[in-house]
Amino acid sequence: MAMRVPTSYKRPKDLKKTLRRLCSYLGMHWLALTAVAVLVVASSLANLMGTYLLKPVINNFIAPGDLPGLARAILGMAVMYGAGALATFGYNQLMVRTAQQVVARIRQDLFAHVQSLPLRYFDSHTHGELMSHFTNDVDTVTEALNNSFTLLIQSFCMVTGTITLLILLNWELSLIVIAFLAAMTAFILYSSKRSKHYFSQQQKHLGELNGFVEEMVAGQKVEKVFNHEPQDFARFCELNESLRQAGTAAARYAGMMVPTVVSLSYVNYAVAACVGGLFVLAGHSDLGSLSSYLVLVRQSAMPLNQLTQQGNFLLSALSGAERIFNLMDEKPEIDEGDVTLVRVRPEADGSLTEVPERTGHYAWKCPEENGGSRLVPLKGDVRFDHVTFSYLPGKPVLRDVSLFARPGETIAFVGSTGAGKTTIINLITRFYEIDSGAITYDGLDLRRIRKDDLRRSLSVVVQDTHLFTGTIADNIRYGRLSASDEDVRQAAVLANADSFIRRLPNGYDTMLSGDGDNLSQGQRQLLAIARAAVAKPPVFILDEATSSIDTRTEKLIEQGLDSLMEGRTVFVIAHRLSTVRNADAILVVEQGQVIERGDHEALLEQKGRYYQLYTGQSQLA
Amino acid sequence: MQLIRRFAGYLHKYRLWAVLAVLCVATEAVFELVIPMIMVNIVDVGVATGNRPYIFQQGALMCVCAVAALLLGVGSARFSALCGHGLAAEVRKAEYAKIQSFSFANRDRFQTESLVTRLTSDVTTIQNAVINGLRPAVRSPIMMITALTISFLINARLALVFLVAAPALGFLLFQIIRRVRPLYSRMQRAIDLVNRIVQENLTAVRIVKAYVRGEYEIEKFGQVNDNLCQVSRQAMRIAVLNMPAMQLVMYGTILAILWIGGGMIIGGSMQVGKLTGFLSYVLQVLNSLMMFSNVFLLLTRAIASGQRIFEVIDEPLDITEDDAKDVTVERGEIEFDHVSFQYKAGAAEYVLRDINLKIPAGSTVGIIGGTGSAKSTLVQLIPRLYDATEGVVRVDGRPVREYPLAHLRDAIAMVLQKNTLFSGTVRENLRWGKPDATDAEIEVACHIACVDEFIGRLENGYDTDLGQGGVNVSGGQKQRLCIARAILKKPRVLILDDSTSAVDMVTEAKIREGLAHCLPHTTKIIIAQRISSVLNADQIVILDNGRINEVGDHWSLLEHNHIYQEIYYSQQEGAGL
Repeated sequence: MAMRVPTSYKRPKDLKKTLRRLCSYLGMHWLALTAVAVLVVASSLANLMGTYLLKPVINNFIAPGDLPGLARAILGMAVMYGAGALATFGYNQLMVRTAQQVVARIRQDLFAHVQSLPLRYFDSHTHGELMSHFTNDVDTVTEALNNSFTLLIQSFCMVTGTITLLILLNWELSLIVIAFLAAMTAFILYSSKRSKHYFSQQQKHLGELNGFVEEMVAGQKVEKVFNHEPQDFARFCELNESLRQAGTAAARYAGMMVPTVVSLSYVNYAVAACVGGLFVLAGHSDLGSLSSYLVLVRQSAMPLNQLTQQGNFLLSALSGAERIFNLMDEKPEIDEGDVTLVRVRPEADGSLTEVPERTGHYAWKCPEENGGSRLVPLKGDVRFDHVTFSYLPGKPVLRDVSLFARPGETIAFVGSTGAGKTTIINLITRFYEIDSGAITYDGLDLRRIRKDDLRRSLSVVVQDTHLFTGTIADNIRYGRLSASDEDVRQAAVLANADSFIRRLPNGYDTMLSGDGDNLSQGQRQLLAIARAAVAKPPVFILDEATSSIDTRTEKLIEQGLDSLMEGRTVFVIAHRLSTVRNADAILVVEQGQVIERGDHEALLEQKGRYYQLYTGQSQLA
Repeated sequence: MQLIRRFAGYLHKYRLWAVLAVLCVATEAVFELVIPMIMVNIVDVGVATGNRPYIFQQGALMCVCAVAALLLGVGSARFSALCGHGLAAEVRKAEYAKIQSFSFANRDRFQTESLVTRLTSDVTTIQNAVINGLRPAVRSPIMMITALTISFLINARLALVFLVAAPALGFLLFQIIRRVRPLYSRMQRAIDLVNRIVQENLTAVRIVKAYVRGEYEIEKFGQVNDNLCQVSRQAMRIAVLNMPAMQLVMYGTILAILWIGGGMIIGGSMQVGKLTGFLSYVLQVLNSLMMFSNVFLLLTRAIASGQRIFEVIDEPLDITEDDAKDVTVERGEIEFDHVSFQYKAGAAEYVLRDINLKIPAGSTVGIIGGTGSAKSTLVQLIPRLYDATEGVVRVDGRPVREYPLAHLRDAIAMVLQKNTLFSGTVRENLRWGKPDATDAEIEVACHIACVDEFIGRLENGYDTDLGQGGVNVSGGQKQRLCIARAILKKPRVLILDDSTSAVDMVTEAKIREGLAHCLPHTTKIIIAQRISSVLNADQIVILDNGRINEVGDHWSLLEHNHIYQEIYYSQQEGAGL
């Protein structure tokens, strides 16, 4: 039975921490839980009393043949039983409500926390594994709260009650019983600590399987195209098998607790009976009191027994909770900014006044040391000053990049794939933190600006288009939630998406599901552009926004975008957008550095990298 | 019932353990009936008669029984764990295998996260039902029947009370289960909704952050979360009615027996001592019933999940190998013969209409057309990712249906527009194309796809780990890796579905040259936006709104085709880079 526990397991402290955090969630419902406890006690009392009353009822009324007395007694018992059943009903209903509320709260907090995590976290964890926290781990907590909490209270009351009675009846014999009960408790605590390790393993393997399945199911089209099913199936079977083994080990270990406790209670009874028998024979006690004492001894193990039967639920819940709290402890995105974005009205004298309504003018509100604040007009002036950045430590993707975009300018990034163009965008939106150097926005250090406000001032169409379940209109409106139907339609017209949307069976109300899989890639990009257009922010960022759109449609979009981009700072990454040609400045990025800057003509004259890239096209076209 | 039989089928491999588990539980139950008798003996016989050796003997016997019960108990826990987790593993395996065999059309009917839930948490429900339900399911009937028999032996007339109690209990249980069952299914669906939001937020995390929609998403999540909370509450509220209902019947029975039995004793037809004994057995019967009703609730829950699992397993596959013969793709000639296609049978509009197209083996075909003109759909019919609704797609003069699927898809390499790299190293990802590819082969493929230079810059080269979705790889690098992966297959037909959109022009030209040079006999189908991508193709197909507008080469199309001219000139003005 002595199972070897890997050395990695040495954290009983975590158990306590997990419990404490779980309790803090329960603590919010202390009133309901107290009520539950009271009702549990009432219900148990009614149950116990009923059993104890049987004997006096038989002796006092049935034996003497007192029929009216019996009727009264039965009526009394009926009332008590009724109250007991009512209490049972009450605590069950209350507990269900509380349990669901607690779990919903945990899920909500978990989701909110995941929202706050930096992109780096998502880069290094599979979606399926993260999902598993929401499904499998939360499930375990739900099951335990539904099934085990009331039993915990019940068992606790029963143990205390029986021990008190035992001591009152015969304290000498009770020493034996208490010793055994203590041994059982110690055993339960000890083995639950160990088997929690196996449950943690089980949840971990379940998470891994979840991660694998999610990735494969999502990427199934590629799997099919490559006939990769056999290999993936083999990998699945591996993961499935290790989950099975981990699960079996956990269940087996937890399952051993019940029979061990039961057996110990038998031995306990045997020892108590033998010793008690000797007492009686020695004349220390009488037969009757020994019998009734032994009945209590039999009962004293019951609650422990019941508790251990919940072992499966309780232990996997603890491991699940631990995983949940670990995720909740992941550090959120840093956001130390105190500069906020506000709407302003320019006054006649050139000064700005903060106003609540939409004016089309924005300013940065910078708190000053004296408690007041300064308004800096939002213009869209972005500067990189010797910026170095790496996704992985020691592997710089951008090296000493300096660049500037004047307000209202269109800046185009060109360069080979993997040169670091998208990375520059990722830094402007502050998805990642730079290693060294500085980025300023309208003269303010980017880090001083509150992240939400920074991103609100930008509208990004990212390379990978993602759509949400909902209608087409909902998806466009994602750019600005307050947009009217007309705004949405105008944005769609501008992105040249209107014509295809209107051809769909339900037009703007067509439901999209599964990341908009029912649309073509180009159509998805059109929607993404419409989504950005409806936001109407001061700064536009288009990262390969039209790569899957045919050039005729693209030309139509351009006309729309031109009107939108007017007066706005725009960053464009594209391989074939004429906007590149018309851009105020073209930055050629190669291997993490800006190697050329200038407008189309100037760069062509330079006969550098841009010239090479451009003429590569001219030869072919 | 049928559902349970089907699950029992999955238990086949573990049936020995199942039998052992049942045996252990059953024997354990017998011990539990024997041990109280020994207990009684110690006091009533041993102590009462002052027989010390007897007391110790019985005490020792009880310890022996305890050890036996321990072994049986450990055994039953072990065996039922093996069964439960074994069953779960088998079900997951069957389900996963089925999902793998899904066609694209099958897949469109299930959402990713729903499939994942059906593979994990639904299976867990069933597994828990086995592990936690097996013991009471075997034990309580034994206890109940024993106790029932004894109570009938003690007083058959009094035992008739059970005839009222049992149906009452059954009725209540039935009512509870009838109401809770649909709620369990709803609960599972509510879980799907919650998972969907989580999943969408994970995949679109950049969008959520870029548009500062965290609060909005949290609110959205709050709604589905509340909904799940409500539905589970409703379900659980009814399920927990089980306990007070049982108590009511149990208490009622006790009181009825007390009253009727009391009357019998007073009337002289029964002895006082018998009533006490009778009552203790009554309690045992009712306790067992209560345990048993819990088993029913576990089962109900498991059935709701089971149905969801079988929805997947029973989903009819719409792409089958029924017509497959033992034939292979030799040349790579492709023919579309009056092909029409719609994604959903009976939809008003056809996505593709009356496509007729012949692609000679070894030739290069470019396909261009407006956004949403069904270019991707057209090529997906060739490796049978979808089946044509009307008409026939032929490869080497044979309908695609006649090829074994695995072979067909091996012979036809396709780089999807929405492509995916998987977690694992660069090499592992490339080996998707050819599991036993040598380093030299991989390097050649990467060279053709112009991705070798990028891999060379990686610290660990081919052994660099790519996160899920190829996170640290730029769009263009990803596309080139996907092309290399396809080249490794050495296919008869290579389809590039807009696979170089994020690749710069110079590199793209290099890739095209490499392909022409290294795979000269491979039929190449290239979907592209840029004219330059298809300029040198043998024929260029112009798709317009699901129909072929015209087929021709660059010069002839440029001469008279309006759509082509328009596309061409639109690209002449904009510099491509």
